[in-house]
Amino acid sequence: MFYYLLKRLISMIPLFFGITIISFLVIHLAPGKPTGLQTDLNPKITAEARARLETIYGLDRALHIQYLLWLKRLIILDLGNSFSTDGRPVIDKISERIPITVFINVLSMLLIISIAIPIGVISASYQNSFFDKFTTVFVFIGFAVPTFWLALLLMILFGVNLGWLPISGLKSLNYDYLSAFGMIMDRVKHLILPIFISAFGGLAGLSRYTRANMLEVIRQDYIITARSKGLNERVVIFKHALRNALLPVITILGLSVPGLIGGSVIFETIFAIPGMGQLFYMSVMARDYPVVMGILVIGAVLTLLGNLIADLSYALVDPRIKVAK
Amino acid sequence: MDIEKSRKLKKETPGLLFWRRFKKNILGISGGIIVLLLFFVAISAPYTSPYDPNEIDIKSSLQAPSKDHLLGTDQLGRDVLSRMIWGSRISLLVGFVAVGIATVIGIFFGALAGFYGKWIDSLIMRFVDVMLCFPTFFLILAVIAILEPNIWNIMAVIGVTSWMGVTRLIRAEILSLKERDFVKAARAMGARDIRLIFLHILPNALSPIWVSVTLGVAAAILTESALSFLGIGVQPPTPSWGNILTAGKDNIEIAWWLSLYPGLAILITVLGYNLLGEGLRDAIDPRLKT
Repeated sequence: MFYYLLKRLISMIPLFFGITIISFLVIHLAPGKPTGLQTDLNPKITAEARARLETIYGLDRALHIQYLLWLKRLIILDLGNSFSTDGRPVIDKISERIPITVFINVLSMLLIISIAIPIGVISASYQNSFFDKFTTVFVFIGFAVPTFWLALLLMILFGVNLGWLPISGLKSLNYDYLSAFGMIMDRVKHLILPIFISAFGGLAGLSRYTRANMLEVIRQDYIITARSKGLNERVVIFKHALRNALLPVITILGLSVPGLIGGSVIFETIFAIPGMGQLFYMSVMARDYPVVMGILVIGAVLTLLGNLIADLSYALVDPRIKVAK
Repeated sequence: MDIEKSRKLKKETPGLLFWRRFKKNILGISGGIIVLLLFFVAISAPYTSPYDPNEIDIKSSLQAPSKDHLLGTDQLGRDVLSRMIWGSRISLLVGFVAVGIATVIGIFFGALAGFYGKWIDSLIMRFVDVMLCFPTFFLILAVIAILEPNIWNIMAVIGVTSWMGVTRLIRAEILSLKERDFVKAARAMGARDIRLIFLHILPNALSPIWVSVTLGVAAAILTESALSFLGIGVQPPTPSWGNILTAGKDNIEIAWWLSLYPGLAILITVLGYNLLGEGLRDAIDPRLKT
C-alpha cells in the first residue's frame, strides 16, 4: 500500500508541473503587467521607477526564469494581491471561500452515490423491466437538461409559487435571532436546492455507468457459479456482483471532480452562495486576473487530489492492487 | 454460383449495413429527426419567425404568452418565439464550429501520438492528462476573462478545451490499425508517413469520430448556453437561448415564460443530438451496446 501511494504521488509530479505551466501561459495572455496597477494610473512615475518595479517583480527576466519565480511563490501559496479595491492577498480571498464549495460538493457527491448506484444496480438486475426503461428515459433527459435552467424552474416552483424554500444566499436575514434548531433548519432550507442542482448533473451519468458495469459483471462465469451453487439472488447481486461492478465506478467518481468544481460557478452564481465558484465568476466579470488565475490553479490541484483519493480508495477496495504494489 | 445472388451480395457495403442497423433504432431515428428539424428552423429563420427578433416595443414588455406573441415577450417587448428561432442559429453555429475545432486538433494530436509512439506519444498523452485536470468550465471562463466575450471567442475556447477525448479515441484506433497488413503493404511499397496516415489509416479510424462529433455538438451547445446565461457568452442584442434565460432570471418572479421555453429548446436540442449519437454508436459497433 505504501509503495502504491508513493508511486501515485510520483506520477502526480509531471501533472502538477503541466498544470502550472499551462496556468502560467494563460496568465501571460492577460493584457497589462502585474505592475500596471501601481504605474499606469500614476502620472508622476518615471521610466526608471517603472523599470525598478519590474526588476523587483522579475518581469525583466526570461520567460522560463519568470515561470520558476512564479512557481516558487506558488509553492508558498503566494498568489499575489487582488486587483479589486480591497487589494487583499488572493490566497486569503480564496481560502475563506473554499470550505462552503467543498462542503456542498461533498454533500452532492454523497447524494449522487446514494441515488445513482442503487438505480444502476436495480435496472441492471432487472434489465428491460419497466423500472429499467423508465430510468433509461430519465437518464437521457437528465443528460440533456441544462442545470442552470433546472435551477431557475425549481426556484420559480419552490421559491416563488409555493414559497417553501428561499432562493438565494446561505441564511435568512433574521438568522441571528433564530433558535438553535431554527438556525439548522434555516441552513438546511438554503442548501436543499443548491445541493440538488449540483448533484443533478452527475446522477444520470453515474447511474448509467453503474448499470453498464453491473450488466458486464453479471455475465461473468463466477456469477453463474454463484447462482448454480444455489445462492439466492440477493446474495449473488449484492455480495458477488456489486463489489466488482463498483470498482470502476470509484474511478469515475474521481474523474467527475472537475465537473463538480466547474459546476459550482453556475449554482453558486444562481443561488448567490459565497463560495469559490461565485468568487471566480465575479473576478472574471471584474477582470481580476490574480484571483482568476489563483482559482484556476487551485481548481486543478483540487482535481488532482480528487483523482488521488479515488485511486487510493480503489486500492483499499481492490486487494489485487495491494499485492501488485 | 447464381449470378443474381452474387450481385445482391455485392451490395452489402459497410454503409448499407450501417443504415440497416441504424433504421431499426427508433430512438436514434427520432434524434435524427429532431436534428433535421432544428436545421430547418435555423435555415428558415427569416421566413418562419413571426417578428423581427430585435424589434423593441416597450409598450408590450413582459407580456404572457398570447395569440399575438405565442411564447410571450421579454423586458424590452421583443417576441420570445422569434428570438428563440434566431437563437437556434447561434446554437447550431457554436456547436458545429467548436466541435470542428476540437475534432481537427484531436485528430492531429491523436494521429501523431498513435502513429509515432515513443516520446511523442508520452508527451501528447501527458498533455491530455494535464488538460483533463482543469475543470473545463474554469479554464473556459479564465480565457474568456482575458479575451472579449463574443461568439467567435466562445467557439474557439470551447473547441480548444474539448479535444482530449478525440485524441484518445484516434490514438487507440491508430495503434491497432498501424499493425494491420494493408498498412504494412503500403509501407513496403514505399508510401511515406503522411500518405500512410492520411490515405490509409485515418479513413479507417474515423467511424467512432462521428459519434463523438454528435455528442460533442450537444455538449458545446450546453456550454454555450451556460456561458451566455452567465453573461459571458453571446452578447445581447444577438439572441441566444442562454441569454434569453438571463432575462428569465432577472424577471423570475413575474415572467415564467422567459425561463421555461428557451431551456426547453436547449433540452430538446441536446436530447436530439445525444439520441442520434447513441444510435450512431450502436449502429457503427453493435458490440458496444449496453
